[in-house]
Amino acid sequence: MRFSRACLVALLLALSSLVLGQTTAHAASLDEALTHFTADDFSETITGINDVAASGSPRAEIIIRALQDGRLLFSAERKAVYVKDESGKLTDAATGQPITGDAPSDADTVRINNRLRGAIEAALGGLTLLAKDPGARYDAAQAVFKSRKASALATLDSALAKEQDASVRRAMTEARAAIILSGDKGSDEDKLAAVDVIRDRGDQDALGLLASLPSTTSAPVMKSAAAAIGAIKNRLALWEAVQNAWYGLSLGSVLLLAAIGLAITFGVMGVINMAHGEMVMLGAYTTFVVQEIIRNNNPALFDYSLVIAIPLSFLVAGCIGIIIERTIIRFLYGRPLETLLATWGLSLILQQAVRSAFGPNNRDVGNPSWMSGAFDVGGITITYNRLWIICFALAVFIALLALLRFTRFGLEMRAVTQNRPMAASMGIRTSRVDALTFGLGSGIAGMAGVALSQIDNVSPNLGQGYIIDSFMVVVFGGVGNLWGTLVGSFVLGIANKFLEPYAGAVLGKIAILVLIILFIQKRPRGLFALKGRAVEA
Amino acid sequence: MTGHIIIRSIDRGATIFLIAVVLIAIIVPVLNLAVPASSAFYVPTYLVALFGKYACYALLALSIDLIWGFAGILSLGHGAFFALGGYAMGMYLMRQIGTRGVYANPILPDFMVFLNWKELPIYWYGFHFFPYALLMVVLVPGVLAFVFGWFAFRSRVTGVYLSIITQALTFALMLGFFRNNFGFGGNNGLTDFKDILGFNVQAETTRNALFSISCVALILAFLVCRAIVTSKFGKVLIAIRDAEARTRFLGYRVESYKLFVFTLSACMAGAAGALYVPQVGIINPSEFAPGNSIEAVIWVAVGGRGTLTGAVVGAVLVNYAKTYFTSGFLAPYWLFMLGGLFIAVTLLLPRGIVGTIYHWTGLRRDRASAAAEDGVTEPLPAE
Repeated sequence: MRFSRACLVALLLALSSLVLGQTTAHAASLDEALTHFTADDFSETITGINDVAASGSPRAEIIIRALQDGRLLFSAERKAVYVKDESGKLTDAATGQPITGDAPSDADTVRINNRLRGAIEAALGGLTLLAKDPGARYDAAQAVFKSRKASALATLDSALAKEQDASVRRAMTEARAAIILSGDKGSDEDKLAAVDVIRDRGDQDALGLLASLPSTTSAPVMKSAAAAIGAIKNRLALWEAVQNAWYGLSLGSVLLLAAIGLAITFGVMGVINMAHGEMVMLGAYTTFVVQEIIRNNNPALFDYSLVIAIPLSFLVAGCIGIIIERTIIRFLYGRPLETLLATWGLSLILQQAVRSAFGPNNRDVGNPSWMSGAFDVGGITITYNRLWIICFALAVFIALLALLRFTRFGLEMRAVTQNRPMAASMGIRTSRVDALTFGLGSGIAGMAGVALSQIDNVSPNLGQGYIIDSFMVVVFGGVGNLWGTLVGSFVLGIANKFLEPYAGAVLGKIAILVLIILFIQKRPRGLFALKGRAVEA
Repeated sequence: MTGHIIIRSIDRGATIFLIAVVLIAIIVPVLNLAVPASSAFYVPTYLVALFGKYACYALLALSIDLIWGFAGILSLGHGAFFALGGYAMGMYLMRQIGTRGVYANPILPDFMVFLNWKELPIYWYGFHFFPYALLMVVLVPGVLAFVFGWFAFRSRVTGVYLSIITQALTFALMLGFFRNNFGFGGNNGLTDFKDILGFNVQAETTRNALFSISCVALILAFLVCRAIVTSKFGKVLIAIRDAEARTRFLGYRVESYKLFVFTLSACMAGAAGALYVPQVGIINPSEFAPGNSIEAVIWVAVGGRGTLTGAVVGAVLVNYAKTYFTSGFLAPYWLFMLGGLFIAVTLLLPRGIVGTIYHWTGLRRDRASAAAEDGVTEPLPAE
């Protein structure tokens, strides 16, 4: 026990002496370095810059920036250096304390020229490599990677020796490799190792670096660089495919959200609801209204606005859906073409109503903080809002499956889908099921509107952009089967995004439409058709 | 023989309709050209152009009624055929501009010079030649409809599925025509026309002539449609509309019947578009918008599906209402009106205006004849 305490004390003492020693060393070397500035000589100033940078003092960056901006003054008489801050007050360069007494009469700016400016920038770059903030160190390493200034090599090495953070360390190693490769000094072994480091980096910058090696580079290094270029290109192609797949998933999730409600109403009731897109639009406007109210009354709740908007938009769109079903659609059962026309008219009315109420322009719906921003995975960038929308779409899908599978209402709905007269004979009130089903489909469209408000413009025309795509999904996936909708939307989303780089956005879309038309030739009832004995549905 | 078929096909309603159209085709130009502008009977030139537009819409509605009213094919993409015919005519008119364009290029239309194109794309060849352009007006929509219909009907795509893919077809075409590199003027379309067959398209006489030609086209199309629907072929079409599977089981090649009538209807729509373009002076990709095609369907529904005359009446009435409402202070309410019309007609007036009239008169006649046969006069039940 006593022994361990003694050990602890010794350790503490050792540590404190280390820290103290370091600070005194800083102070001493900083003071020494600063004297170089008082000589009013360019070469002396360069020595001063390098010494200040090497001193490792926290004041170093302030001093060198002041020099860069012409705010570093010296007094030959007092052998002292001052930093003039923005308000024009002088502070002692070494301590940062305001000067006591009068300002020195002979204070003059430390002059700089172009050669010095280069040295200043290199020193600043080196200094940020030693900065406290890992983000700043990372950025500095990336900057060195791009500039490939051989002068940064020494600082980079010392920074690398101290670096703890893995990602910063990697960036620094890459920067070092870039300097070695573009210089002509390093040995072949060094260069080969550097090529390996750059190959592992594997992005466009790495490709550019390897493609522009200096002509003095030896043959084996060149050969290994060529191999690395091939490897990087393969890797990039792979990441591009992954990127396209990701965009496709993202588009697919949007399509899924928009189409899933349609799949229900169409699948169960055989009703083509052309006003479905307007339910999506109403959901988006509900989000807008919720956000407006929160903004005006309690801005602190803004991050929860979507959580509040989701059930609200479900209710708003669902209730409107039930009203539509009760007042219009129920008179048109068995006449799908007439239903189509009536709901189209309804969509015109709803659009115009929203236009009258909210104006024809786009409305601003904000992203909550947890939905903005992005992160990198390998070679691709993933934005949070897209990620959340995919999760949300899948959550809605699963919830709906559960509702159909495990609840009384779901059971009744499936019964009505499969055999309406039989279901009615068993005591199911089919008209009530119809109304609720239509409300459910519309409500889901409303929730889709909440998600779409995060990535699309909220305007009265919002729904129209999705209606044809949603119908394509339903037709492609097959009616009356939610899995068909799931597969259909993701297949169409991914196919769309993979066609886009080759054909362009518009031609890609046209190609998809043509492919669907051809696909319907093969399977007129979609991917997952309901099996039945009826000659026609 | 053909004359006989056509004469046989004309009943009382058709006669009234034909006389009315012929009278309008003569009277309107006379009132415009021969009557002094100060007279109360004078028809201003802008109205002539407006009536000409209505006649083209009526022709489009007729083509939709032929397939929807008699074969049960609800096409939500007929605007595409209309626009394609219009583009074919627009291409002819563009080539007629010649050196009078902004860039004064004798061969290339202005937008191609603007896009720095060096030569005319192959599909623009021959459009300076009027008969070729006329051929294309019916051929392009006809071939597209034939190919599309061949795929769709062969695999028995029916009902709402067909409606949706026709809608997708016109949507895809719209996206395509919006692109500049498609070679049809992109967003702006084709406009700034000067001459048609050497006559100035802006001139009063040309406008009147175009109006009369549109009416003649409408009459011809009406006669063709009547001849078809009253023939044995038409009976099969109606059978297909009412029970497609049953007709197939009876041994009729349902898809061939549908394909023929669909293609013919597309050609008619193309002709309507071709007459439309010189009268309005512009054709652009928004004509392909799915909304336009659906609106054309509602004209037919308002007038009365399956009556032919009803399609024409509906097209004129709805478009007159549109002109009336969108030009005044009521403009913001037009979409409410139109939307309400869609709902009201489908819910309350499923037979349409003309269909309802036919229904009533038909009921009277049936009762009258039934009463005559029985030799008893029953009191008519209160309606």
